[in-house]
Amino acid sequence: MTDNTWQPTASLAALRQRAALLADIRQFFARRQVLEVEVPILSRRATSDPHIDSITALCNGDPAYLATSPEFGLKRLLAAGLGDCYYLGKAFREGEAGGRHNPEFTMLEWYRCGWDDRKLMGEVGELLSLVLDIQVVQSLSYRELFLRELQLDPHTASEADLCACVAREIELSFAPSDRDECLDLLMSHRLEPAMGGGITLLYDFPASQAALAKVAEDATGTPVARRFEAYVNGLELANGYWELTDPAEQLRRFQADHRYRGAHKLHVYPFEERLVEALQSGMPECAGVALGVDRLLMLAGGYSSIDQVIAFPIERA
Amino acid sequence: MASYSTNEFKGGLKVMLDGDPCSILENEFVKPGKGQAFNRVKLRNLKTGRVWERTFRSGESLEAADVMDREMEYLYNDGEFYHFMEPDTFEQHQASTDAVGDAAKWLKEQDVCTVTLYNGAPLAVTPPNHVVLEITDTDPGLRGDTAQGGTKPATLSTGAVVKVPLFLEIGDAIKVDTRTGEYLGRAKED
Repeated sequence: MTDNTWQPTASLAALRQRAALLADIRQFFARRQVLEVEVPILSRRATSDPHIDSITALCNGDPAYLATSPEFGLKRLLAAGLGDCYYLGKAFREGEAGGRHNPEFTMLEWYRCGWDDRKLMGEVGELLSLVLDIQVVQSLSYRELFLRELQLDPHTASEADLCACVAREIELSFAPSDRDECLDLLMSHRLEPAMGGGITLLYDFPASQAALAKVAEDATGTPVARRFEAYVNGLELANGYWELTDPAEQLRRFQADHRYRGAHKLHVYPFEERLVEALQSGMPECAGVALGVDRLLMLAGGYSSIDQVIAFPIERA
Repeated sequence: MASYSTNEFKGGLKVMLDGDPCSILENEFVKPGKGQAFNRVKLRNLKTGRVWERTFRSGESLEAADVMDREMEYLYNDGEFYHFMEPDTFEQHQASTDAVGDAAKWLKEQDVCTVTLYNGAPLAVTPPNHVVLEITDTDPGLRGDTAQGGTKPATLSTGAVVKVPLFLEIGDAIKVDTRTGEYLGRAKED
Protein backbone atom coordinates (compact mmCIF):
# COMPACT_ATOMS: atom_id res chain seq x y z
CA MET A 1 0.00 0.00 0.00
CA THR A 2 1.30 3.44 -0.89
CA ASP A 3 0.48 6.61 1.01
CA ASN A 4 1.84 8.89 -1.71
CA THR A 5 4.45 10.61 0.48
CA TRP A 6 6.50 11.35 -2.64
CA GLN A 7 3.95 14.00 -3.53
CA PRO A 8 4.12 17.65 -2.41
CA THR A 9 1.79 18.65 0.43
CA ALA A 10 1.30 22.07 -1.17
CA SER A 11 -0.95 22.42 -4.19
CA LEU A 12 0.67 23.41 -7.48
CA ALA A 13 -1.33 26.64 -7.26
CA ALA A 14 0.29 27.40 -3.88
CA LEU A 15 3.74 26.80 -5.34
CA ARG A 16 3.00 29.24 -8.17
CA GLN A 17 1.76 31.76 -5.58
CA ARG A 18 5.05 31.31 -3.73
CA ALA A 19 7.05 32.18 -6.84
CA ALA A 20 4.90 35.27 -7.42
CA LEU A 21 5.30 36.36 -3.78
CA LEU A 22 9.10 36.03 -3.92
CA ALA A 23 9.12 38.10 -7.13
CA ASP A 24 6.91 40.76 -5.50
CA ILE A 25 9.21 40.99 -2.49
CA ARG A 26 12.31 41.35 -4.66
CA GLN A 27 10.60 44.04 -6.72
CA PHE A 28 9.53 45.90 -3.55
CA PHE A 29 13.15 46.16 -2.43
CA ALA A 30 14.61 46.80 -5.88
CA ARG A 31 12.36 49.87 -6.16
CA ARG A 32 13.67 51.09 -2.81
CA GLN A 33 17.35 50.46 -3.58
CA VAL A 34 17.73 47.81 -0.89
CA LEU A 35 20.35 45.31 -2.01
CA GLU A 36 19.81 41.53 -1.95
CA VAL A 37 22.74 39.66 -0.40
CA GLU A 38 23.61 36.11 0.52
CA VAL A 39 25.16 35.15 3.85
CA PRO A 40 26.18 31.71 5.12
CA ILE A 41 23.46 29.22 5.97
CA LEU A 42 26.15 26.95 7.42
CA SER A 43 28.26 28.59 10.09
CA ARG A 44 30.72 27.70 12.86
CA ARG A 45 28.79 30.04 15.17
CA ALA A 46 25.17 29.90 16.31
CA THR A 47 22.56 32.10 17.90
CA SER A 48 22.75 32.48 21.65
CA ASP A 49 19.00 33.13 21.96
CA PRO A 50 17.75 31.22 25.01
CA HIS A 51 14.62 30.01 23.22
CA ILE A 52 15.99 29.13 19.79
CA ASP A 53 17.92 25.93 19.12
CA SER A 54 20.20 25.40 16.14
CA ILE A 55 20.47 22.30 13.98
CA THR A 56 23.99 20.89 14.13
CA ALA A 57 25.71 19.58 11.03
CA LEU A 58 29.20 18.27 10.38
CA CYS A 59 31.42 20.23 8.02
CA ASN A 60 34.95 18.99 7.30
CA GLY A 61 34.56 16.82 10.37
CA ASP A 62 33.74 19.63 12.81
CA PRO A 63 30.37 20.87 14.09
CA ALA A 64 28.73 23.63 12.13
CA TYR A 65 25.26 25.10 12.60
CA LEU A 66 22.44 25.81 10.20
CA ALA A 67 21.56 29.50 10.49
CA THR A 68 18.48 30.29 12.59
CA SER A 69 18.47 33.71 10.91
CA PRO A 70 20.83 35.66 8.63
CA GLU A 71 21.23 38.38 11.29
CA PHE A 72 24.93 38.05 12.13
CA GLY A 73 26.06 37.92 8.49
CA LEU A 74 23.91 40.88 7.51
CA LYS A 75 25.15 42.99 10.43
CA ARG A 76 28.77 42.23 9.53
CA LEU A 77 28.01 43.47 6.02
CA LEU A 78 26.41 46.61 7.47
CA ALA A 79 29.52 47.22 9.57
CA ALA A 80 31.59 46.76 6.40
CA GLY A 81 29.65 49.65 4.87
CA LEU A 82 27.35 47.86 2.41
CA GLY A 83 24.29 49.96 3.30
CA ASP A 84 20.61 48.91 3.16
CA CYS A 85 20.38 45.19 2.40
CA TYR A 86 18.17 42.14 2.68
CA TYR A 87 18.33 38.34 2.69
CA LEU A 88 15.57 36.20 1.25
CA GLY A 89 16.22 32.51 1.78
CA LYS A 90 16.20 29.57 4.14
CA ALA A 91 16.62 29.54 7.90
CA PHE A 92 16.46 26.54 10.26
CA ARG A 93 15.27 26.00 13.81
CA GLU A 94 15.56 22.79 15.77
CA GLY A 95 12.41 21.36 17.31
CA GLU A 96 9.98 23.76 15.69
CA ALA A 97 7.24 21.87 13.88
CA GLY A 98 3.49 22.29 13.85
CA GLY A 99 0.68 23.98 11.98
CA ARG A 100 2.66 27.24 11.79
CA HIS A 101 6.21 25.93 12.01
CA ASN A 102 8.54 23.84 9.90
CA PRO A 103 12.18 23.36 11.02
CA GLU A 104 13.32 24.62 7.59
CA PHE A 105 11.55 27.78 6.49
CA THR A 106 11.91 30.85 4.30
CA MET A 107 12.89 34.09 5.95
CA LEU A 108 13.05 37.65 4.72
CA GLU A 109 15.31 39.91 6.78
CA TRP A 110 16.19 43.50 5.96
CA TYR A 111 18.05 46.45 7.41
CA ARG A 112 17.61 50.19 6.97
CA CYS A 113 20.53 52.44 7.92
CA GLY A 114 19.69 55.57 9.89
CA TRP A 115 16.16 54.33 10.66
CA ASP A 116 14.67 53.46 14.03
CA ASP A 117 12.06 50.81 14.86
CA ARG A 118 9.12 53.23 14.43
CA LYS A 119 10.13 54.14 10.89
CA LEU A 120 10.73 50.51 9.94
CA MET A 121 7.29 49.54 11.31
CA GLY A 122 5.87 51.84 8.68
CA GLU A 123 7.72 50.02 5.90
CA VAL A 124 6.64 46.61 7.25
CA GLY A 125 3.04 47.87 7.17
CA GLU A 126 3.50 49.00 3.56
CA LEU A 127 4.94 45.64 2.45
CA LEU A 128 2.17 43.70 4.20
CA SER A 129 -0.59 45.96 2.86
CA LEU A 130 0.78 45.53 -0.64
CA VAL A 131 1.17 41.76 -0.53
CA LEU A 132 -2.00 40.99 1.43
CA ASP A 133 -4.12 43.77 -0.02
CA ILE A 134 -5.37 44.92 3.39
CA GLN A 135 -5.27 48.51 4.51
CA VAL A 136 -6.13 48.30 8.19
CA VAL A 137 -2.96 48.79 10.21
CA GLN A 138 -3.24 49.26 13.97
CA SER A 139 -0.17 50.22 15.98
CA LEU A 140 -0.19 49.76 19.70
CA SER A 141 2.30 49.20 22.44
CA TYR A 142 2.77 45.94 24.28
CA ARG A 143 1.51 47.72 27.39
CA GLU A 144 -1.62 49.03 25.65
CA LEU A 145 -2.55 45.53 24.47
CA PHE A 146 -2.14 44.06 27.97
CA LEU A 147 -4.14 46.89 29.52
CA ARG A 148 -6.87 46.59 26.92
CA GLU A 149 -7.32 42.83 27.21
CA LEU A 150 -6.22 41.97 30.75
CA GLN A 151 -6.21 45.29 32.67
CA LEU A 152 -2.61 44.52 33.61
CA ASP A 153 0.55 46.57 33.06
CA PRO A 154 3.16 44.08 31.83
CA HIS A 155 6.05 46.32 32.88
CA THR A 156 4.97 47.05 36.46
CA ALA A 157 2.72 44.14 37.49
CA SER A 158 4.26 41.95 40.18
CA GLU A 159 5.26 38.39 39.38
CA ALA A 160 2.49 37.24 41.75
CA ASP A 161 -0.11 39.26 39.82
CA LEU A 162 1.12 37.86 36.51
CA CYS A 163 1.03 34.29 37.85
CA ALA A 164 -2.49 34.84 39.18
CA CYS A 165 -3.61 36.16 35.81
CA VAL A 166 -2.10 33.13 34.04
CA ALA A 167 -3.79 30.80 36.52
CA ARG A 168 -7.16 32.46 35.78
CA GLU A 169 -6.78 32.35 32.02
CA ILE A 170 -4.87 29.17 31.14
CA GLU A 171 -4.85 25.51 32.25
CA LEU A 172 -1.18 24.64 32.75
CA SER A 173 0.66 21.44 33.45
CA PHE A 174 3.46 23.38 35.21
CA ALA A 175 4.02 26.46 37.36
CA PRO A 176 5.47 29.41 35.41
CA SER A 177 9.05 30.04 36.43
CA ASP A 178 9.35 33.77 35.88
CA ARG A 179 7.71 36.97 34.62
CA ASP A 180 8.72 36.42 31.02
CA GLU A 181 7.19 32.96 30.92
CA CYS A 182 3.92 34.43 32.24
CA LEU A 183 4.03 37.18 29.62
CA ASP A 184 4.75 34.66 26.83
CA LEU A 185 1.85 32.47 27.96
CA LEU A 186 -0.58 35.38 28.07
CA MET A 187 0.63 36.68 24.72
CA SER A 188 0.29 33.37 22.89
CA HIS A 189 -2.91 32.13 24.55
CA ARG A 190 -4.91 35.27 25.20
CA LEU A 191 -3.59 38.29 23.35
CA GLU A 192 -2.71 36.98 19.89
CA PRO A 193 -6.24 35.56 19.44
CA ALA A 194 -7.70 38.87 20.68
CA MET A 195 -5.81 41.08 18.23
CA GLY A 196 -8.53 40.98 15.65
CA GLY A 197 -8.34 41.25 11.88
CA GLY A 198 -5.93 43.26 9.79
CA ILE A 199 -2.32 44.15 10.47
CA THR A 200 -1.26 44.77 14.07
CA LEU A 201 2.12 46.33 14.82
CA LEU A 202 3.02 45.82 18.46
CA TYR A 203 5.96 47.80 19.88
CA ASP A 204 7.91 48.63 23.07
CA PHE A 205 8.40 45.14 24.48
CA PRO A 206 9.55 44.44 28.05
CA ALA A 207 13.25 45.26 28.50
CA SER A 208 13.80 41.64 29.61
CA GLN A 209 12.82 40.53 26.08
CA ALA A 210 15.11 42.89 24.21
CA ALA A 211 17.13 40.19 22.39
CA LEU A 212 19.29 42.35 20.10
CA ALA A 213 17.25 45.56 20.32
CA LYS A 214 18.18 48.81 22.03
CA VAL A 215 16.60 49.44 25.41
CA ALA A 216 15.32 53.00 25.94
CA GLU A 217 12.83 54.75 28.21
CA ASP A 218 9.30 55.21 26.91
CA ALA A 219 7.18 58.32 27.53
CA THR A 220 6.36 57.11 31.05
CA GLY A 221 10.02 56.61 31.92
CA THR A 222 9.80 52.79 31.82
CA PRO A 223 12.78 51.11 30.15
CA VAL A 224 11.42 49.20 27.14
CA ALA A 225 12.97 47.14 24.36
CA ARG A 226 12.73 49.04 21.07
CA ARG A 227 11.44 45.93 19.43
CA PHE A 228 8.27 45.34 17.46
CA GLU A 229 6.28 42.46 16.09
CA ALA A 230 3.86 42.39 13.18
CA TYR A 231 0.76 40.20 13.37
CA VAL A 232 -1.96 39.59 10.83
CA ASN A 233 -5.18 38.09 12.19
CA GLY A 234 -3.23 37.15 15.32
CA LEU A 235 -0.57 35.24 13.36
CA GLU A 236 2.94 36.41 14.21
CA LEU A 237 4.70 37.40 11.01
CA ALA A 238 7.68 39.61 11.75
CA ASN A 239 10.00 40.71 14.51
CA GLY A 240 12.00 43.94 14.25
CA TYR A 241 14.54 45.93 16.25
CA TRP A 242 16.09 49.28 16.53
CA GLU A 243 19.40 47.51 16.50
CA LEU A 244 21.82 47.35 19.36
CA THR A 245 25.12 48.91 18.19
CA ASP A 246 27.04 48.98 21.50
CA PRO A 247 29.68 46.19 21.37
CA ALA A 248 30.10 45.98 25.16
CA GLU A 249 26.36 45.59 25.68
CA GLN A 250 26.24 43.04 22.85
CA LEU A 251 28.94 40.99 24.55
CA ARG A 252 27.11 41.21 27.89
CA ARG A 253 23.90 39.89 26.28
CA PHE A 254 25.72 37.00 24.61
CA GLN A 255 27.26 36.09 27.96
CA ALA A 256 23.93 36.45 29.79
CA ASP A 257 22.29 34.15 27.20
CA HIS A 258 25.10 31.64 27.71
CA ARG A 259 24.59 31.70 31.46
CA TYR A 260 20.83 31.23 31.02
CA ARG A 261 21.30 28.32 28.65
CA GLY A 262 23.87 26.71 30.92
CA ALA A 263 21.67 27.14 34.01
CA HIS A 264 18.67 25.63 32.18
CA LYS A 265 20.71 22.69 30.88
CA LEU A 266 20.25 23.80 27.28
CA HIS A 267 22.90 23.26 24.64
CA VAL A 268 25.45 26.10 24.76
CA TYR A 269 26.59 27.01 21.26
CA PRO A 270 29.69 29.05 20.39
CA PHE A 271 28.52 32.66 20.00
CA GLU A 272 29.53 34.94 17.16
CA GLU A 273 32.38 37.02 18.57
CA ARG A 274 32.88 38.43 15.07
CA LEU A 275 29.61 40.34 15.55
CA VAL A 276 31.10 42.00 18.65
CA GLU A 277 34.21 42.86 16.60
CA ALA A 278 32.02 44.25 13.80
CA LEU A 279 30.19 46.47 16.31
CA GLN A 280 33.56 47.60 17.74
CA SER A 281 34.65 48.69 14.29
CA GLY A 282 31.37 50.61 14.02
CA MET A 283 28.03 49.43 12.68
CA PRO A 284 25.79 52.24 11.46
CA GLU A 285 22.70 53.04 13.50
CA CYS A 286 19.94 51.01 11.86
CA ALA A 287 16.70 49.11 12.22
CA GLY A 288 16.17 45.56 11.02
CA VAL A 289 13.31 43.11 10.79
CA ALA A 290 12.84 39.41 10.00
CA LEU A 291 9.64 38.13 8.42
CA GLY A 292 8.34 34.58 7.94
CA VAL A 293 7.65 34.20 4.24
CA ASP A 294 5.80 30.88 4.53
CA ARG A 295 3.32 32.45 6.93
CA LEU A 296 2.97 35.45 4.66
CA LEU A 297 2.07 33.05 1.88
CA MET A 298 -0.42 31.28 4.16
CA LEU A 299 -2.16 34.62 4.74
CA ALA A 300 -1.95 35.74 1.12
CA GLY A 301 -3.46 32.50 -0.15
CA GLY A 302 -5.87 31.81 2.71
CA TYR A 303 -4.10 28.61 3.82
CA SER A 304 -4.56 27.38 7.38
CA SER A 305 -1.48 25.17 7.67
CA ILE A 306 2.15 25.69 6.75
CA ASP A 307 2.21 22.30 5.02
CA GLN A 308 -0.12 23.78 2.41
CA VAL A 309 2.53 26.29 1.28
CA ILE A 310 5.71 24.18 1.52
CA ALA A 311 6.24 21.56 -1.18
CA PHE A 312 7.99 19.08 1.08
CA PRO A 313 7.72 19.80 4.83
CA ILE A 314 10.05 17.90 7.15
CA GLU A 315 7.91 14.72 7.26
CA ARG A 316 8.43 14.41 3.50
CA ALA A 317 11.79 16.13 3.13
CA MET B 1 5.37 2.16 31.02
CA ALA B 2 6.81 4.29 28.25
CA SER B 3 6.43 8.04 28.21
CA TYR B 4 5.88 10.47 25.37
CA SER B 5 7.36 13.91 24.87
CA THR B 6 5.21 16.81 23.60
CA ASN B 7 6.77 16.52 20.15
CA GLU B 8 5.42 12.95 19.93
CA PHE B 9 1.88 13.96 20.92
CA LYS B 10 -0.58 13.29 18.15
CA GLY B 11 -4.25 12.54 17.77
CA GLY B 12 -5.21 9.16 19.27
CA LEU B 13 -2.17 8.81 21.55
CA LYS B 14 -3.21 7.53 25.00
CA VAL B 15 -1.52 9.18 27.98
CA MET B 16 -2.01 9.57 31.72
CA LEU B 17 -2.97 13.03 33.00
CA ASP B 18 -3.91 13.79 36.61
CA GLY B 19 -4.20 10.06 37.21
CA ASP B 20 -6.74 9.46 34.44
CA PRO B 21 -6.21 7.86 31.03
CA CYS B 22 -6.71 10.37 28.23
CA SER B 23 -6.71 10.33 24.47
CA ILE B 24 -4.98 13.22 22.72
CA LEU B 25 -7.27 15.06 20.32
CA GLU B 26 -5.10 17.97 19.18
CA ASN B 27 -1.58 19.21 19.78
CA GLU B 28 -0.70 22.74 18.75
CA PHE B 29 2.91 23.94 18.92
CA VAL B 30 2.96 27.57 20.06
CA LYS B 31 6.09 29.65 19.98
CA PRO B 32 6.56 33.38 19.88
CA GLY B 33 9.59 34.24 17.72
CA LYS B 34 11.54 35.42 20.75
CA GLY B 35 9.84 33.53 23.51
CA GLN B 36 9.40 30.13 25.03
CA ALA B 37 7.78 27.23 23.24
CA PHE B 38 4.59 25.64 24.53
CA ASN B 39 2.26 22.91 23.38
CA ARG B 40 -1.47 23.55 23.67
CA VAL B 41 -3.04 20.16 23.92
CA LYS B 42 -6.67 19.01 23.83
CA LEU B 43 -7.31 15.66 25.46
CA ARG B 44 -10.38 13.57 26.09
CA ASN B 45 -10.54 12.07 29.55
CA LEU B 46 -11.44 8.47 28.74
CA LYS B 47 -13.08 7.93 32.13
CA THR B 48 -15.44 10.89 32.04
CA GLY B 49 -15.52 11.66 28.32
CA ARG B 50 -14.79 15.31 29.10
CA VAL B 51 -12.40 17.30 26.95
CA TRP B 52 -9.50 19.01 28.72
CA GLU B 53 -7.31 21.79 27.41
CA ARG B 54 -3.85 21.86 28.88
CA THR B 55 -0.68 23.78 28.05
CA PHE B 56 2.69 22.10 28.44
CA ARG B 57 6.23 23.38 28.12
CA SER B 58 7.65 21.95 24.93
CA GLY B 59 9.73 18.93 25.79
CA GLU B 60 7.64 17.91 28.82
CA SER B 61 6.47 14.33 28.76
CA LEU B 62 3.53 12.26 29.92
CA GLU B 63 3.38 8.62 30.85
CA ALA B 64 1.71 6.35 28.34
CA ALA B 65 -1.66 4.95 29.40
CA ASP B 66 -2.20 1.21 29.16
CA VAL B 67 -5.25 1.67 26.99
CA MET B 68 -6.23 -0.35 23.94
CA ASP B 69 -9.25 -0.71 21.75
CA ARG B 70 -10.54 -4.23 21.06
CA GLU B 71 -13.34 -5.41 18.81
CA MET B 72 -15.66 -7.57 20.93
CA GLU B 73 -19.02 -9.24 20.57
CA TYR B 74 -21.71 -8.08 22.97
CA LEU B 75 -23.18 -11.11 24.76
CA TYR B 76 -25.76 -10.10 27.37
CA ASN B 77 -26.56 -7.91 30.37
CA ASP B 78 -26.99 -9.71 33.69
CA GLY B 79 -28.71 -6.77 35.35
CA GLU B 80 -25.47 -5.41 36.78
CA PHE B 81 -22.78 -5.95 34.15
CA TYR B 82 -22.60 -6.01 30.39
CA HIS B 83 -20.68 -9.00 29.08
CA PHE B 84 -18.45 -8.94 25.99
CA MET B 85 -16.33 -11.60 24.31
CA GLU B 86 -13.16 -11.36 22.24
CA PRO B 87 -14.02 -13.26 19.04
CA ASP B 88 -10.63 -14.92 18.53
CA THR B 89 -9.77 -15.93 22.13
CA PHE B 90 -13.34 -16.24 23.47
CA GLU B 91 -12.04 -14.33 26.49
CA GLN B 92 -14.92 -12.61 28.25
CA HIS B 93 -14.96 -9.16 29.89
CA GLN B 94 -17.61 -7.58 32.04
CA ALA B 95 -18.23 -3.84 31.75
CA SER B 96 -19.95 -1.71 34.37
CA THR B 97 -22.91 0.55 33.60
CA ASP B 98 -20.53 3.50 33.98
CA ALA B 99 -18.15 2.09 31.38
CA VAL B 100 -20.93 1.37 28.91
CA GLY B 101 -22.59 4.74 29.45
CA ASP B 102 -24.78 5.98 26.61
CA ALA B 103 -23.73 3.07 24.41
CA ALA B 104 -26.19 0.91 26.39
CA LYS B 105 -29.15 2.05 24.33
CA TRP B 106 -27.58 0.71 21.11
CA LEU B 107 -26.30 -2.65 22.35
CA LYS B 108 -27.82 -5.62 20.60
CA GLU B 109 -26.67 -9.12 21.35
CA GLN B 110 -24.03 -10.45 18.92
CA ASP B 111 -23.21 -6.98 17.55
CA VAL B 112 -19.49 -6.20 17.44
CA CYS B 113 -18.50 -3.15 19.50
CA THR B 114 -15.22 -1.43 20.30
CA VAL B 115 -14.34 -2.00 23.94
CA THR B 116 -11.62 0.24 25.35
CA LEU B 117 -9.56 -1.62 27.93
CA TYR B 118 -7.63 0.29 30.60
CA ASN B 119 -5.15 -1.84 32.54
CA GLY B 120 -7.02 -4.81 31.08
CA ALA B 121 -10.52 -3.78 32.26
CA PRO B 122 -13.29 -2.24 30.12
CA LEU B 123 -13.26 1.54 30.42
CA ALA B 124 -15.59 2.52 27.60
CA VAL B 125 -17.73 0.94 24.93
CA THR B 126 -18.33 2.33 21.45
CA PRO B 127 -21.24 0.76 19.57
CA PRO B 128 -21.02 0.06 15.82
CA ASN B 129 -21.68 3.22 13.77
CA HIS B 130 -24.78 1.60 12.28
CA VAL B 131 -27.10 -0.79 14.09
CA VAL B 132 -30.27 -2.57 13.02
CA LEU B 133 -32.98 -2.59 15.70
CA GLU B 134 -36.66 -3.47 15.88
CA ILE B 135 -39.39 -0.97 16.66
CA THR B 136 -41.21 -2.12 19.82
CA ASP B 137 -43.51 0.82 20.26
CA THR B 138 -44.77 3.67 18.09
CA ASP B 139 -48.04 5.29 17.02
CA PRO B 140 -49.95 3.38 14.36
CA GLY B 141 -48.54 3.64 10.86
CA LEU B 142 -50.11 6.01 8.35
CA ARG B 143 -49.90 4.23 5.01
CA GLY B 144 -50.03 6.43 1.99
CA ASP B 145 -48.39 9.26 3.87
CA THR B 146 -44.87 8.43 2.69
CA ALA B 147 -44.39 11.65 0.76
CA GLN B 148 -45.17 13.96 3.66
CA GLY B 149 -41.80 13.65 5.31
CA GLY B 150 -43.28 13.90 8.80
CA THR B 151 -41.76 11.98 11.71
CA LYS B 152 -42.87 10.39 14.97
CA PRO B 153 -40.98 8.94 17.92
CA ALA B 154 -40.40 5.18 17.96
CA THR B 155 -39.07 3.09 20.83
CA LEU B 156 -36.58 0.39 19.78
CA SER B 157 -35.88 -3.03 21.28
CA THR B 158 -32.92 -1.64 23.22
CA GLY B 159 -34.94 1.21 24.72
CA ALA B 160 -33.56 3.92 22.44
CA VAL B 161 -36.09 6.40 21.08
CA VAL B 162 -35.54 7.74 17.55
CA LYS B 163 -37.57 9.79 15.12
CA VAL B 164 -38.87 7.71 12.24
CA PRO B 165 -41.11 8.35 9.19
CA LEU B 166 -44.84 8.09 9.84
CA PHE B 167 -45.39 4.91 7.79
CA LEU B 168 -43.25 2.66 10.03
CA GLU B 169 -44.94 0.24 12.41
CA ILE B 170 -44.23 -1.90 15.44
CA GLY B 171 -42.14 -4.89 14.40
CA ASP B 172 -40.33 -3.05 11.57
CA ALA B 173 -36.53 -3.31 11.64
CA ILE B 174 -34.68 -0.06 11.01
CA LYS B 175 -31.11 1.06 10.59
CA VAL B 176 -29.85 3.84 12.89
CA ASP B 177 -26.63 5.87 13.04
CA THR B 178 -25.48 5.54 16.66
CA ARG B 179 -23.28 8.65 16.47
CA THR B 180 -26.20 10.96 15.72
CA GLY B 181 -29.19 8.84 16.74
CA GLU B 182 -30.66 9.39 13.26
CA TYR B 183 -32.90 7.00 11.36
CA LEU B 184 -31.11 5.87 8.21
CA GLY B 185 -33.69 3.61 6.59
CA ARG B 186 -35.60 0.38 6.80
CA ALA B 187 -33.42 -2.65 7.26
CA LYS B 188 -33.67 -5.11 4.40
CA GLU B 189 -35.47 -8.33 5.26
CA ASP B 190 -33.13 -11.30 5.09
